This record gives sequence, C-alpha cells and structure tokens, in this order.
Amino acid sequence: MQIFLDYLCVFLVGGFVCMLGEVLIITTNITSARILVTFVLIGVFLEAIDVFDYISNFAKAGINVPIIGFGASLAKGAIGAVKTHGFLGIFTGGLTATAGGIAAAIGFAFLFGLIFKSHTKK
Amino acid sequence: MDDKQRNEAYNKYVSAKIPKTKAWPSLFNSFWVGGLICVIGQGINDLLLLAFPNLSMQTAWTLTLITLIFLASFLTGLGVYDQIGKFAGGGSIVPITGFSNSITSPSIEFKSEGIIYGICVKMFTIAGPVIVFGVVSSMVVGFIYWIISLF
Amino acid sequence: MHKNQTFKLKRKPKIIGSYTIVGPKEGKGNFGPYFDYVMKNDYFGEKTFEKAERKMIESAVTGVIQNAKLQTKDIDMMIAGDLLNQIISSSYAARAFKFPFLGVYGACSTMAESYAVASVLVDGGYFENVVCCTGSHFSTAERQYRFPLELGNQRPPTSQWTVTGAGASVISLNGDGPCITSVTFGKVVDFGVNDVNNMGAAMAPAARDTLLAHFLNTKTSPNDYDLIITGDLGKLGSEILIDLMEEEGVTLGVNYGDCGQMYYKREQKTLCGASGAGCCATAFNSYIIKKIKEGQYKKVLFLPTGALLSSISTQQGDTIPCVCHAIVIEKE
Repeated sequence: MQIFLDYLCVFLVGGFVCMLGEVLIITTNITSARILVTFVLIGVFLEAIDVFDYISNFAKAGINVPIIGFGASLAKGAIGAVKTHGFLGIFTGGLTATAGGIAAAIGFAFLFGLIFKSHTKK
Repeated sequence: MDDKQRNEAYNKYVSAKIPKTKAWPSLFNSFWVGGLICVIGQGINDLLLLAFPNLSMQTAWTLTLITLIFLASFLTGLGVYDQIGKFAGGGSIVPITGFSNSITSPSIEFKSEGIIYGICVKMFTIAGPVIVFGVVSSMVVGFIYWIISLF
Repeated sequence: MHKNQTFKLKRKPKIIGSYTIVGPKEGKGNFGPYFDYVMKNDYFGEKTFEKAERKMIESAVTGVIQNAKLQTKDIDMMIAGDLLNQIISSSYAARAFKFPFLGVYGACSTMAESYAVASVLVDGGYFENVVCCTGSHFSTAERQYRFPLELGNQRPPTSQWTVTGAGASVISLNGDGPCITSVTFGKVVDFGVNDVNNMGAAMAPAARDTLLAHFLNTKTSPNDYDLIITGDLGKLGSEILIDLMEEEGVTLGVNYGDCGQMYYKREQKTLCGASGAGCCATAFNSYIIKKIKEGQYKKVLFLPTGALLSSISTQQGDTIPCVCHAIVIEKE
C-alpha cells in the first residue's frame, strides 16, 4: 500500500511539473529550449534556498526526473564543492555533480546521430 | 508615425483573430505523460536499489537518469519521440528525456553536414543554452555560498 | 498606385504544359487525384532531403517538357526558385539542363514571380518557350527555418505545413492552353507582424495591397473572375484578407479560395493549412489548370503571397516583409 502511495505521489508531482511546462507553451508559445532553461533555473533556485530536498523527500522521481532535478544537482554540487574545496568549488562543483547525465546525453546523441537517419514528420 | 499606429492596430486585430484552441486536452496529456515518465524513472531507481542494495542514493539517481537519457535518445533515433512530443508537449519536454531529445535530434538531423560540422557543432543548438544557463547559475550560487562562508 | 504595376499582355502567352510532383502526405490531400506523380517517400531515393528537393525540381522540369510535347532543345530559358538559402536546389536542377537560367526568389510567391517574368519575356517576343518551376520540401524548410525533425515540440495553432512538392509550367506563344492575360507585380508590404508561426497574418496585407492595385489598374471587381485564389495564406490568413478587403469596400465571396487552406484534409492535422513555394505551384499546375481546361473556370486571378524572411532576421526579432504578385489566367 505504501509503495502505491509513493508512486501516486511521484505521478502527481511529476505530472504537475510537466503540466506547468505545457501552460508556459500555451500561454507564451515559447520554444522548448526556453522551457528547459526556465526549469533548470527553477531547479537551481529551489536548491539554493534549500527547498529542493524537502520536495525530493516525498516526490522522489516526480521532481528529480524533470529537468528541475538537473538544475538542483548543479547547484547542490556547487554548494557542496565550495564547502569542501573553497573557492575552486565554484568552478568544479556544478559540472562534477552532473557529469554523468551530461556525458550520457552527449555520448548517446553522438552514437545515435551516427546510426540513425531523420524521419519526416507525419 | 502613421505606419506604426497601423501596425499596432493590425497586430492587435490579429491576436484577437487567432483561433483559441482548447487548452484542457493538451494540459491533461502533458500531465499524464509527464507523470508516467517520472513513474518509470522511479521504477528504474527502485529496481536498481533492489538489485544492488549497496548503491548510494546519489549513484542510483545518476544511473536512473542515464537510463532515461539512453531510452529517450534511442526513441528519438527511431523517430518515436517527436510523435510523443507532438501529443504530450510539456509532458515530454520538461523531463530529462526532453533534454536528451533536444541533443539527439539535431545530432541526427545534421549528420548530412559531416561528423565535425554536422553532429558535433549542431548537437548543442537547442540544449546548449540549458547547459550554459545551468552551469553559470550554479557558479553564481557557489560564489554566493563562498562569500557567505568567508564570514 | 504605381503606374507600371500592372501589365496587359497583348499577345497572350499560353501555359502549354504543366507538371506536378509531390510527397506522400500531399498525395493524400485534397488535390491528391490531380497530381502527376506522388513520391513514395520524402527521400525520393536520395541520401539527404536537400538532394531529394533538387531531384524533385529536375524531374518536374523533365516532366513538363514532355507534357508540353517539346524537346529539351526547344526550351529557351528556365526560371525557377525554391526556399533554400541561395535558391540552391533550383540552381543544381538547372545544372542538369543546358538552358539559360534565371533564379527567382519570392518565398511562397515564387511561382507567380516566375510566371510574371516569363510571360513578360515571352510576350515581348524575346523568348519562345520558357519553363517556370518552383518547389519546396517540408524537411529541408523545417530545418532551415525551424527545428530538427526529431525534436519533440508542439506546433502553435497558427502554424502551417510546408508542402513537399514541385510544380512546373511551359509558357509559350505557340500551342494550346490557358493564357496569361495580365500581370500585377506586387510591392513589399510589412504590417509589423514578427511571429514566424503566423505567416498568414503577415502575408494578408501584401495580398490586400496587390489585390487593390490589380482591381484599380484593370478596372475589374471580384465578380469579374470565376475564381480568385491566393497562394498560402492558410485558414487564418485568408479570413484576415476577407476582413481587410471588406474594410476597403471589396467583398470576396464564394469565388474566393486559398490554396493553403484547401490543400490538406482536415484529418491531416496541419493546423492552419499548407504553405511553401511548392504549395501554390502544385495546386495551380494540377487542380486549377485542369479545371480551367475543362471550362469550369474561365477567368482566374491567381495571387500567391510570399513571406520574405530569413532565419537571421527572425532571430533578431525583425518583422516579416511580404510580397504578392497577381496573374490573370483565362481559358483561350
């Protein structure tokens, strides 16, 4: 039962966040690059004011899978690195924390770019 | 200034004339598709922790995201992701899978211009700003914490 | 109105041949049964979409020469254009033939521009047989002006679908076919619209300008034509044009239509309809030409509109300059 409630929570929070993106599209007609930027900045901000972890505790993937989670890891990495390495952490923290995701995205994009051919839209 | 007034009046007229589409169906679609992608992410995460109980929370999340990025990238290559996107809009743009799609799609599209000037250069046409804004803002946050830590 | 905007063509150049080639989606549209050739897929047996577009224009030119029952050596001049930067597809297509070549660019109005130039040249007696050809390809236009094909984005409700297709005609004084009796060259009009996803609204004022000039210079009114057809204003744009003309006291009634709006079927989900240089080129050279030959339409006013924007002007937030040329086609 608990696991069902957990997944329901993930679904509701995740769906809500994505729906906010759709609201932005409908009201302002902005492109997907701008939506992604907006949500990354929201994530950085939520982490900077230390709210992200509270949401993450109950929403789990609901907030970590949306690109907000990516922004939050960037900020979390930077803050953590500043605490351990001081000034240098400003530069190393963000990318170190998100290196896995960025490298995966670039690597797979390169691989599939080599393999696949673009399809015309239907 | 006659032209300017005319243009303003015309633009006003046009925006009133634009057909109003029903927002509810697209909001609903983005809600359930977005929620479903998050649930899949949670499922992958739970399975990983079940299979490898020694994983730290952080590592498990990174592996989850990498899996999702792989799936989205693959579906983009098959030509499926843009159809999901047409249906779900924000539901498939906002999750990390949308980020993956925005890197893979130009990579496939511009292969015809070669590996260096096609794939590598154009890969970041859409996702570039995301990485730039993300890194710069995290540096700002880090800098602020560094200043605070001095006192 | 400028004195020399409208020309009456005394020797009445004829459209002695026409040919169309379209993509699979277009083949399923409303004009589907009228096209000469429907491609099985958008690659047309080539490696890239750009090469496919080039081949499409080439085969339209070959097809139209056959349709006009001429030989390659009979052609004196080729006037062609497309949507890609530096009208590269047309130039490559022209390379395959040994004709003198004039490249024209008028975005989606390119077909009318090439007709207008060709009919004036032929009427003046300088050239005998002139080939006009225009094409566009959804996938090449999409990546030049918008986003990669595989990107999962949604199209705004005002956007239009670029037609994959090429249409060609042979204009000549000898032979049979509908004749071009007058031409109105359009002026560039910009009403300050800068939304690239709303071309119809940007182009409607240009259509209004040319339409008014044409009616004034030829002393005609909408009722003198069996069909008044704009190029690719789409659903929204053609509604705007009707409103704009109403303001000027000219009513566009049941004899008014728009190629872009009529092109696709409703279930093909193209939102505001079709656009692109290939839109009016293929619609005109298939459906409209056939209906003129059958006698359903005796006098047609054809006015494709073009949005003369580039991807750079868009990114810099500039407004969209538009142009519209009108030609009158009559059954001989």
